[in-house]
Amino acid sequence: MGVSAGPARIEAELDGRGRTVLPVLAGAGPVALRQWRRPPPGEPAEVAMVGSMAGPLGGDRYGVRVTVGPGARLRVTSVAATVSLPGDGPAHCTLELSVAPGGLLDWRPEPVVAAAGSHLLLETRVELAAGAALLLREEQVLGRRHDWTSGAGPGRLTATLTVRQDGVEILAQQTDLGPGAPGWDGPAVLGPHRALGQLLAVHRPLHPPEEEAAPDGGAVLLTLPGSGARLLTALAPDALLLRRLLTGREGPAHREADGTGATQRQAQPACAGRLPRLSSEAR
Amino acid sequence: MTAALLLLADGRFPAGGHAHSGGAAAAVAAGTVTDVPSLERFLLGRLHTVGLTAAGLAAAAARTADPAELAELDRATEARTPSAALRAVSRRLGRQLLRAARAGWPADAGLAALPAGTHHPVVLGTAARAAGLTDRRAAELAVHEAVSGPATAALRLLGLDPYQLVAVLARLAPQLDLVAERAATATRLPAASAPLLDLYGERYDSWKVKLFAS
Repeated sequence: MGVSAGPARIEAELDGRGRTVLPVLAGAGPVALRQWRRPPPGEPAEVAMVGSMAGPLGGDRYGVRVTVGPGARLRVTSVAATVSLPGDGPAHCTLELSVAPGGLLDWRPEPVVAAAGSHLLLETRVELAAGAALLLREEQVLGRRHDWTSGAGPGRLTATLTVRQDGVEILAQQTDLGPGAPGWDGPAVLGPHRALGQLLAVHRPLHPPEEEAAPDGGAVLLTLPGSGARLLTALAPDALLLRRLLTGREGPAHREADGTGATQRQAQPACAGRLPRLSSEAR
Repeated sequence: MTAALLLLADGRFPAGGHAHSGGAAAAVAAGTVTDVPSLERFLLGRLHTVGLTAAGLAAAAARTADPAELAELDRATEARTPSAALRAVSRRLGRQLLRAARAGWPADAGLAALPAGTHHPVVLGTAARAAGLTDRRAAELAVHEAVSGPATAALRLLGLDPYQLVAVLARLAPQLDLVAERAATATRLPAASAPLLDLYGERYDSWKVKLFAS
């Protein structure tokens, strides 16, 4: 049996002076939480998720629950890629993200990497009030470099993303990638690519891809049903090229609003499976 | 009820499906579907992703004649189709199928009450119910369409050997039954998606000259 933990919890709300504070910041299971800075009024509070154990390992059950109150602004990142490792059956991770009217959640963790032999069931449920803003990045990487050079191949990643806005479902999708998922590497699903990424923006600017994409890859900007919701979907051969497709798409309006330091940090491509160093400004 | 099933599944049923390739035309143009083996992998992926999702929606629609529940399923289809271009295709196909189904079963109140522009899987499920078919049959119709339309389109675009295509479709047949079974018995509406099909659907929409509408 693996780790079984209730969700780590983050609650963000406005104090009386227009500052976002975090009355609840509680790590659980393999997820430890660190607040990086106390924001000036109008700017987001920043929380980093730190993996406090290896994994997830097969059989683990864990999750994160985030609640952003009315008018509050919260950014959540992670300090390293999440590497899903084999174990006793599939691992389950549940992310529950909810944003109240006028609130903003900027959720941009590092990629999830499916190591050889692993199976992670990742379920993300987003609940947005009318007028709530969201920026959500999800990156799925099939296999570590070592898995490919050793011939072991990737693990499996089954990821479900559902988004409700004002009580109405505006996005429901499940990707099932890796060995055991029929047709996953065929020309209807991933083709030759091994990294899949999405940037979902609701009431936030999101720009179309700049580069002339290869006909069977690159990024495409989709307009979702609902109000002000757009999804950039990107396919790339590896995590680095994927991050390049997803970087800077959120647009200058976002940088002005949220501070450039954090944007630079986001722009550093993550090397899957290796722990990126915390930049000095982050400490 | 087998005859009604065959009528709805017949390529000659005037529902407009023949004008659509389900992403196969874009995949052929992108050079990812070039021959029979790559077409087989394309069809397998399509079947287990958007095929499963459409079948789940069609099966759910076949279980009800309640306009509110059908409207809810229409919204569920919308949420499961992130590409606006593919949502438009699904509504267009739904409109054409609705016209043909109303001609076939004019007394059915559920078909009469469906709004124009209802998504294709919801119309398909309703048409199946009107024809006296079960939810499982509705799912079978959906997976059949998910595979046979793109297969025929690729055959024409690539000039493949039709006998080799028959071999592919016969090999896939047990998989179609499996997916239809999963779709009809799912406790949660399936939402399986295929990233490349979304990308193809959106990009193909902007082409000026094309043989297929999608």
